[in-house]
Amino acid sequence: MSPPLLGVEGQSQCNVSFMASSASEDYISQNGLGLKERNYLGLSDCSSVDSSAVSSVAEENKNNLNLKATELRLGLPGSQSPERESDFSLLSSVKLDEKQLFPLVPSKDGICSLPQKNIVSGNKRGFADTVDGFSESKATMFTEGNWIFNAAGSGSDSGQPKLSGNVLSNRSSGTQSDIKAEAPVKATQKCDNKTNGSNTNSAPAAKAQVVGWPPIRSFRKNTLSTTSKNNEEVDGKPGPGALFVKVSMDGAPYLRKVDLRTYSTYQELSSALEKMFSCFIIGQCGSQGAPGREMLSESKLKDLLHGSEYVLTYEDKDGDWMLVGDVPWGMFIASCKRLKIMKGSDAIGLAPRAVEKSKNRN
Amino acid sequence: MAYSFPEEVLEHVFSFLSSDKDRNAVSLVCKSWYEIERWSRRRIFIGNCYAVSPEIMIRRFPEVRAVEIKGKPHFADFNLVPEGWGAYVRPWIRAMSAAYPFLEEIKLKRMVVTDECLELIARSFKNFEVLVLSSCDGFTTAGLASIAANCRNLRELDLGESEVEDLSGHWLSHFPDNCTSLVSLNMSCLGSEVSFSALERLVARCPNLRTLRLNRAVPLEKLSNLLHHAPQLVELGTGAYSAEIRSDIFSSLAEAFSVCKQLKGLSGLWDVVPAYLPAVYSVCSGITSLNLSYATIQSPDLVKLVSQCQNLQRLWVLDYIEDTGLEALAASCKDLEELRVFPSDPFGAEPNVSLTEQGLVSVSEGCPRLQSVLYFCRQMSNAALITIARNRPKMIRFRLCIIDPQAPDHLTHEPLDTGFGAIVENCKELRRLSMTGLLTDRVFEYIGTHAKKLEMLSIAFAGNSDLGLHHVLSGCESLRKLEIRDCPFGDEALLANAAKLETMRSLWMSSCSVTFGACKLLGRRMPSLNVEVMDERGPPDSRPESCPVEKLYVYRTVAGRRVDMTGFVWTMDEDAATARL
Repeated sequence: MSPPLLGVEGQSQCNVSFMASSASEDYISQNGLGLKERNYLGLSDCSSVDSSAVSSVAEENKNNLNLKATELRLGLPGSQSPERESDFSLLSSVKLDEKQLFPLVPSKDGICSLPQKNIVSGNKRGFADTVDGFSESKATMFTEGNWIFNAAGSGSDSGQPKLSGNVLSNRSSGTQSDIKAEAPVKATQKCDNKTNGSNTNSAPAAKAQVVGWPPIRSFRKNTLSTTSKNNEEVDGKPGPGALFVKVSMDGAPYLRKVDLRTYSTYQELSSALEKMFSCFIIGQCGSQGAPGREMLSESKLKDLLHGSEYVLTYEDKDGDWMLVGDVPWGMFIASCKRLKIMKGSDAIGLAPRAVEKSKNRN
Repeated sequence: MAYSFPEEVLEHVFSFLSSDKDRNAVSLVCKSWYEIERWSRRRIFIGNCYAVSPEIMIRRFPEVRAVEIKGKPHFADFNLVPEGWGAYVRPWIRAMSAAYPFLEEIKLKRMVVTDECLELIARSFKNFEVLVLSSCDGFTTAGLASIAANCRNLRELDLGESEVEDLSGHWLSHFPDNCTSLVSLNMSCLGSEVSFSALERLVARCPNLRTLRLNRAVPLEKLSNLLHHAPQLVELGTGAYSAEIRSDIFSSLAEAFSVCKQLKGLSGLWDVVPAYLPAVYSVCSGITSLNLSYATIQSPDLVKLVSQCQNLQRLWVLDYIEDTGLEALAASCKDLEELRVFPSDPFGAEPNVSLTEQGLVSVSEGCPRLQSVLYFCRQMSNAALITIARNRPKMIRFRLCIIDPQAPDHLTHEPLDTGFGAIVENCKELRRLSMTGLLTDRVFEYIGTHAKKLEMLSIAFAGNSDLGLHHVLSGCESLRKLEIRDCPFGDEALLANAAKLETMRSLWMSSCSVTFGACKLLGRRMPSLNVEVMDERGPPDSRPESCPVEKLYVYRTVAGRRVDMTGFVWTMDEDAATARL
């Protein structure tokens, strides 16, 4: 087994320094700490790659190209993108020998590595980072309606390590903007994640959460919500029933589930759904020709959802599709079986039915 | 051969082998042993429904009587696997309905089961006896009605925590009057009220009923009726444990419980009214398993109950029990083996109860047999973890969930690396570990170095670099299931340890840094793995290869690529990114 401890010292030192800083220029400075390039996978080829991240990109490119035949690289062929900078010195210098990985397979792949993955993996989850970065980016982030990463400077990523968009926010390139455009999904999570912590503003309800956190099964979540509601009810009769309802959107590949009990007004529900499906809407915009890197303002998204584009409808206990918002919230919760975000044009004709029904109820 | 036993003798010998491991070993001895074994294997366990196909199973094992299949990855429990991902049991049921007419048992976990499947089961297997559906979904109470009506010899119907579309409680009335075979009935996940008289008659005519888990809608006032009909119960799940406080209800309840001398397990207990708890005191000394995880009562009431259960081995409880309650637990229940403490208010920003790491430390000190822990709390310290590890070196399952997933040691503000390191270093038999808190690559180094028996590891919001993942994949020799979310693990460690993935059941990575390019490479090079990418943003090849994928699920398989994937799942294989169906 490859010596796992090799490089740990170096690595953790590096990581500590990562954690202490958020901006990319610190990556350069860390080489000044005298960190030694470690071959943590026990591969011998790494020495051919200059570990110093400060060295010019071109030089690195040259080294990389020399080893192309035996190295495993990932990324677009032929691309040595300029953002291959200093911040990934730790990992980028460890070139994986394809032979080592796949000993029986002749190494043929000439795909070049693209730095972004390294950046992403190298600079994540610094706790101090998250707190600092968060407070400094708070202002900019939330002006976009809570769900968009703002490009302005914050190198920190409060817990969503995946997207490199954040780290690369200072640079601009085509690939990054794609990632940034996808950011909203994670941004939502990120913002939500910090609700528990230092954040005191912007997140609408105390219940905004990271998807799937804490790890509690739906059955338990439903039961607990019902129980706590019951404690406030007068008659005390337990009302089980599913509080999670499925939400679908025309054309979206995923169904989602929302817990209706975590909202108390239509406004809250609507904001939450906007967040959930925003990434899909952005995708749509992108496909219609708007550059993916452009960020939709909150108002534009609202236009999409509340304007002519989409309407929120629900299926009630009788199986009828109704427009959301016509009945008091309590009644809505009691009868809603599932939600659907429809194109406005498809929803014509629902309104009259809703009015009919409430007349019949009364 | 002159020297071999007649087949019948070998078959008889093999019939004593119940463990799959033993049987698999036996099959490798020689061809004739392989043949004899495969004809005599009656029970099959399939840990991942996509690792093998029904056809392969049937071809090799023609005389199976009991099948257990698991479907979706564990993180599906927390809504991380989108609807429509897969794990349909239909192809299995259809194949088995033709090939295994004598099938008796089907146990499914995290699979999609439709009413059509249930009807097919009810029609196809004349000797059908056991149906267990844990955390399944896709069916309605109409499907249950088919099972109830047609399975003449039904012994066990257990719906676990499945998501059932509850059309009505009428399904229960479909059990025919001559059905007397029930041994176990668990309908606790259902919402609708069933006809109480039908339920009562059913319970009364099944003399072998050992396990009865009611749903919340069964009122407390009627519980004593049921208990009178089934004093032989070993496990009882009550309905809602609340009623108007009346002495007549109380005394009939207390009297009914006192007759249940065999009762070992108690659960349900929704909406507990504390005044009614003393009704169960008469059975407490026999109770070994107590599930109070829906009982929203305060610590003093919990303690009063729990301290009567001196033989308690398993306790599931809400964090209302608090540190003081856990201390009392540690003092009274010396046989405790498993403790699960669930959060009463997981989404609140502030703690609502006084439950800290101290509670767990007390239990670890006081309960010498403690080996399985699931603990939700809001703060933790390395010191506490080290103490727990030293107290309980025989720990087998340790799952800690700190509500703030990156909380550091609340005393020193350091990462919790050394604490968890102590756990894996001291608890050499540890098989399952879930970690939360501020964790760096160092903790993974400890895990890779020490956790040699670890089979399942769950990681969230932890680590700094690929080194972390590398430590785990290269060091944990017994690792079978690894699930990771929101960690900065990317391509290198994954690719460098590609071969390891063939020795594991599955790997889940979501919101990490694995790029599409790496997934493609992995899929191309490792034909025995299915490398599936889930991405809501659309086909991964519409983005650069360097783009991280949202979710990655890798598992070994002999069945080849899945053919039932929906629009957001792509398999990486020789056809690379276009392998979507």
